[in-house]
Amino acid sequence: MNDVPLLEVENLGVNFRSEGRIVEAVKGASFTLRRGETLSLVGESGSGKSTAAMSIMQLLPYPIASHPTGSIRLGGTELIGADDRTMHRVRGSRIALVPQEPLTSLNPLHTIDRQIMESIRLHQRGISRDAALARTIELLKLVGLRDAENRIKSYPHELSGGQRQRVMIAMALANEPDLLIADEPTTALDVTVQAQVLDLLQKLQKQLGMAMLLITHDLGIVRKMAERVCVMTDGVIVEAGATAEVFDSPQHAYTRKLLDAEPRGRPLAAAEEPAPVVATDALKVHFPIKGWFGKPRGWVKAVDGVSIGISEGKTLGVVGESGSGKSTLGLALLRLIRSQGGISFRGERIDTRNTGEMRRYRDRMQIVFQDPFASLSPRLTIAQIIEEGLINFRPELGRQERRDAVRQILDEVGLRGNILDRYPHEFSGGQRQRIAIARAIILKPDFVVLDEPTSALDMSVQGQIVDLLRELQEKHGLTYLFISHDLKVVRALAHDIVVMKDGHVVEHGSAERIFEAPSSNYTRDLISAAFDLRARDPAPSAAPSSP
Amino acid sequence: MNVETSKVDLAVEAPLPRFRMSPLTRRRWATFKAHKRGYWSLWIFLALYLVSLCAELVANDKPLFVWHRASAYVPAFVGYPETAFGGQFETEADYSDPAVRRMIADHGWAIWPIIPFSYKTIDYDIGAELPDGPTSRHWLGTDDQGRDVLARIIYGFRLSVSFGLLLTLFSSVIGIAAGAVQGFFGGWTDLLLQRAIEIFQSLPLLYLLIIVSTMVQPGFFTLLGVLLLFSWMALVRVVRAEFLRARNLEYVRAARALGLKNGKIMFKHILPNAMVATLTFLPFVLNASITTLTSLDFLGFGLPRGSPSLGELLSQARNNLNAPWLGVSGFMVMAIMLSLLIFIGEAVRDAFDPRRAA
Repeated sequence: MNDVPLLEVENLGVNFRSEGRIVEAVKGASFTLRRGETLSLVGESGSGKSTAAMSIMQLLPYPIASHPTGSIRLGGTELIGADDRTMHRVRGSRIALVPQEPLTSLNPLHTIDRQIMESIRLHQRGISRDAALARTIELLKLVGLRDAENRIKSYPHELSGGQRQRVMIAMALANEPDLLIADEPTTALDVTVQAQVLDLLQKLQKQLGMAMLLITHDLGIVRKMAERVCVMTDGVIVEAGATAEVFDSPQHAYTRKLLDAEPRGRPLAAAEEPAPVVATDALKVHFPIKGWFGKPRGWVKAVDGVSIGISEGKTLGVVGESGSGKSTLGLALLRLIRSQGGISFRGERIDTRNTGEMRRYRDRMQIVFQDPFASLSPRLTIAQIIEEGLINFRPELGRQERRDAVRQILDEVGLRGNILDRYPHEFSGGQRQRIAIARAIILKPDFVVLDEPTSALDMSVQGQIVDLLRELQEKHGLTYLFISHDLKVVRALAHDIVVMKDGHVVEHGSAERIFEAPSSNYTRDLISAAFDLRARDPAPSAAPSSP
Repeated sequence: MNVETSKVDLAVEAPLPRFRMSPLTRRRWATFKAHKRGYWSLWIFLALYLVSLCAELVANDKPLFVWHRASAYVPAFVGYPETAFGGQFETEADYSDPAVRRMIADHGWAIWPIIPFSYKTIDYDIGAELPDGPTSRHWLGTDDQGRDVLARIIYGFRLSVSFGLLLTLFSSVIGIAAGAVQGFFGGWTDLLLQRAIEIFQSLPLLYLLIIVSTMVQPGFFTLLGVLLLFSWMALVRVVRAEFLRARNLEYVRAARALGLKNGKIMFKHILPNAMVATLTFLPFVLNASITTLTSLDFLGFGLPRGSPSLGELLSQARNNLNAPWLGVSGFMVMAIMLSLLIFIGEAVRDAFDPRRAA
């Protein structure tokens, strides 16, 4: 390798014009990338990291976007303002992109071989059909898609998330690019699959000698993958350097904040064997698959025979990959969806109650949802959202008393200032999640279901929310059902853990025992994927891509 | 149309402790204002409607004010017998009668509206064959009964737009309620109501109206009722789709977890969010309502004879092809009114389009 960097980005600026205002998304970013090197752009959502990467491909929505300053040179060729013909030769051939969401990046109506071959034949004129097909199969084998010969005629929906991402990688590699831009390549994937895909990317990079620009918000991924790292916030690169150095001795306050943000701490000590607040007995949630004339053809067993108990003041963590039925379990416990099997709340059977009778219990059991953007009605003010439960259950309170109660609870979840009459969209994700928590606890419930409350949030906010939840638990003696796919967060909160897979409980026990000595392979996979980002199977090409 | 919008908006904002335009509403208003054609159409339309609402002051066959023997009269609002001005009859004075005019002129004076004819005033002093073309006396000519076309248009505009607004208001209330119930409960409720609506929709409106008009003389409210039976379905689909989508959203689940009753969830949580799609649709419903009324009047199944209706003007134009001023005025009024409403509708749609307001 010679000393000229493959990619030089110098003083790059990106502006977006919106309704007459100019938003500076990237301000004076500079970095270089040599062949065979991995550089990571890390930052929280809105920090401009994806925008910077997209400007390398010149794929921003011009002319809404513009580059007031800067230059991007690929092997000495200027890309900013390059004409379409130059860019066509560069995109997909010299620079390739692995996008975040593999489902929406593949055309659902075309088979995968057609989509990969399109890319090959576009850039390698004169290649024969057969040769292109052979190359496609070779690529799919390279990315570890099992049984590639038979699978090339699959449609995207027939593949799992991990398999789709492998196809996207195969497509990106089709023309042996010099530079691979991976934009949050594993964010949409389950933890165990995430580890496999990262391993694959690392292996292929070595094998093909590509440079890789990895965009992520996950510091664990940076640590594993990147030789050098650029930390971005508000469109500015605040710190750059070798990964180990930056992580060991962060210079900039923001980097330190990011590194400190990982959820830490351990669950509170709780009294031995207190009374159970919620218990289930062989709980089942089956969704019918409709056949002719509405007769069920079969059943999707989202939750199948789960028996758990949660004691007072404790947290039960429910972990599992997407589709394992953990969220469904949470909804069923609160009787928000139909289920079979016993559910008891403080010793009373609630599974036999109808909707009307259940209303009596609603002030004692609450839920916080995953997505703080979807769980707050956009047309109601913060005060209206939070006081709803009070209006319903404490009708004797006057308007002023309600507002005082709302103000007090907002104070408790760490939101101060006069925000009662503002609307949800004026708040950030973390603030919205605090509002959702305030709504859940204003009625002083006994039991709160937390359905992935941190997974839609930025890293630096996750830790704060976990701390807040722990504080509230201590103060009010709350009992939590904590649903998450992120074992790091679960470890910080849960006393007991239930590991779920395909609607069944795989393992159930105290958190310490499960983290120290997991008894099932599945749990071991989850733990190693979460903490070491390592796929347990040493040869990912032979590993089954989990569905 | 603006009357309509502000009504609905108020309903959405009502639970606010004090009136304040939410930033979203403010941004939409800005988008609407930036849409110049729609913005000006709105003001022109409002001005026209306001003028037509005061039709009695603009076109009337009674003076606005009479000063007679040192006392004041307001004939446009109060009926006075002819004897009040020194005449002989106990009946209400006919101010277009030269004798009465002379009596007033002898002992005082009168202020007349700009157009000294009402929609039903028959001008017996034309002296030419009817319908008579535009003259300085009748700016847009007269129809075949000697009535002033401009006066009839002003009254007709008011009638058409008011009818359209009322029909739109009622049909949106019913349509939104029906759509909300279908979308929210889904399942069998949805299925049965959907099929019922489809059957109802396939009934031929015109025949039904012919049958109704043979039994009763259709007046303003009878027609409103009959048309309402058919027009409420326009909004059902839109609202139903919005509710179907919203009922599984997390904020609705959260409301359910708080133990809220269905009615409250529907109207406090989902409806405000479904309002956007509905508001976008309203100007077009309004236009359809006006067109329906006009076409019924044209065919003679609409409002009672003698009512100032644009449809009747058009049907006169068809019967008197030698009098082009009838057709031209009728066409222009309809075209301008409907275009203004469409322009406003376009601007409203853009203002509510979330993709534009990024």
